[in-house]
Amino acid sequence: MKMKNFGERIPQSLFFIIALSALTVLALITVFIFIEGVPLIAKVGFFKFIFGMKWAPSQGFYGIFPMIVGTISVTLGAIILGVPVALCCAIFLAEFAPRWLSDIVRPAIQLLAGIPSVVYGFWGLIFIVPLIRNYLGGPGLSILAGSIILAIMILPTVISISEVSLLALSPLLKEGAFALGATHWQTIRSVLVPAAKSGILASIILGIGRAVGETMAVIMVLGNAVALPNSILSPVRTLTTNIGIEMGYASGDHQQALFATGIVLLVIIMILNSLAQYSIRRK
Amino acid sequence: MSEQTKISIRDFNFFYAKKEVIRALNLDVRENEILSVFGPANSGTTTLLRALNRMTDLTPGVYMEGEILLDGKNIRSPDINISELRRKVSMVFEVPTPLPMSIFDNVAYGPRLSGVKNRVLLEHTVEESLQMAVLWDEVKDRLHNSAMRLSGGQQQRLCLARILALHPEVILLDRPCSGLDPVSTSKIEESLRHLKEKFTIVIVPHNVQQAGRVSDRAAFLLMGDLIEVGLTAEVFANPKDKRTSDYITGRFG
Repeated sequence: MKMKNFGERIPQSLFFIIALSALTVLALITVFIFIEGVPLIAKVGFFKFIFGMKWAPSQGFYGIFPMIVGTISVTLGAIILGVPVALCCAIFLAEFAPRWLSDIVRPAIQLLAGIPSVVYGFWGLIFIVPLIRNYLGGPGLSILAGSIILAIMILPTVISISEVSLLALSPLLKEGAFALGATHWQTIRSVLVPAAKSGILASIILGIGRAVGETMAVIMVLGNAVALPNSILSPVRTLTTNIGIEMGYASGDHQQALFATGIVLLVIIMILNSLAQYSIRRK
Repeated sequence: MSEQTKISIRDFNFFYAKKEVIRALNLDVRENEILSVFGPANSGTTTLLRALNRMTDLTPGVYMEGEILLDGKNIRSPDINISELRRKVSMVFEVPTPLPMSIFDNVAYGPRLSGVKNRVLLEHTVEESLQMAVLWDEVKDRLHNSAMRLSGGQQQRLCLARILALHPEVILLDRPCSGLDPVSTSKIEESLRHLKEKFTIVIVPHNVQQAGRVSDRAAFLLMGDLIEVGLTAEVFANPKDKRTSDYITGRFG
């Protein structure tokens, strides 16, 4: 009897410790980032750091506002381009596609999520950027290029979560609407999509999270200029690319400023994820 | 109950995949009657009901033969408008299926689909339908609350109100009281007695007693065969077929 208890307890504690260590690592990283970054924010001043227009580490200017604008504009562009496509695709897969077709399309979309981001960036640089330069003008490296790449990258997230939330609806809902004389499209529009609203919203928020956090692909196509953009053809720098570009040679205050940028990113992502959690749970 | 035939089912066979569910069925539904179609599980009662407004189209792999005539017109013919048919021959399901919107919007859903936008007219239709379904008094103060918060019995009466708002001609009820308490059941049965003055009703009751209580005529189905049909009182008092009397008296099923 005692042996059995012992045999039960060992794996239990083992799993607990391992689970705990994953959490601990996460907590340690967060604490580390804050310890490194907060002193600089305090030194520069919170307001001046967030809303400062000038980023010139060698002269002691640490204002990240242009990068916040960069992140927001590229993410917004990705949402505007990507979400409608993704939602149409999810509705098509969940409602219209015959079984054999969705069995092909679904894994193909999952595959999209598996392509390394550097490949997306490379493709964007070679294909999208010259296209924009030749047909729309400007340097080509631009908000638009970044938005297009990110729009493609958020497709798998938005499509699969939206599709799952549509498929999770009770089939009775559909029958109920059909029995009232609604056509398939009327049913989708007025019953199914509203009923799956919380899941769809969550998928969009997680997509935004992905777009905000993406680094490698956008470094290659954004042009990385630290200035407020004046059109979607302007080059910008995002919070992530700021860290990615400068971490190699930064030291002292400069390095701390990059960690501080990381804090801002972390806070944004945490807010987005909590929003997603909230909208999934509030059924 | 008039003698006028509303729906006429002729030589009707129904298959799920290769399995025959209904065999050579001939049955008439008369105008303004309540016809109950009863029988043990897997007798084809629900399938028959669903075939009457082509809800069976939603199920893959079904095959049918024969005719179903609504006012003399075959509803299986390809030129029939299915949305129109389902508004004319409306159905309440076994499990209440409120749509995820307010009580008002649930009832107004059908009329809105057919293009009614006038607020006053919608309000009138909603009130009238909820009255007929004996639900108005319970919900009149919270029409704009979510329908999902209603109790099971209220949800089922809402579903009834929702199809009444379509001004249908025929109402199909598939075990509408199976999950409900006796009070809700009697409320639904009460509304049915008023409704048959305006509508033709076909009900698959959830038990034999309900068939006896609510219907004018009763049809007994067993394993896809129509065993007998007649005035409910006669079918129950003097069943012509031994299988019917066995089932009614609870010897099997």
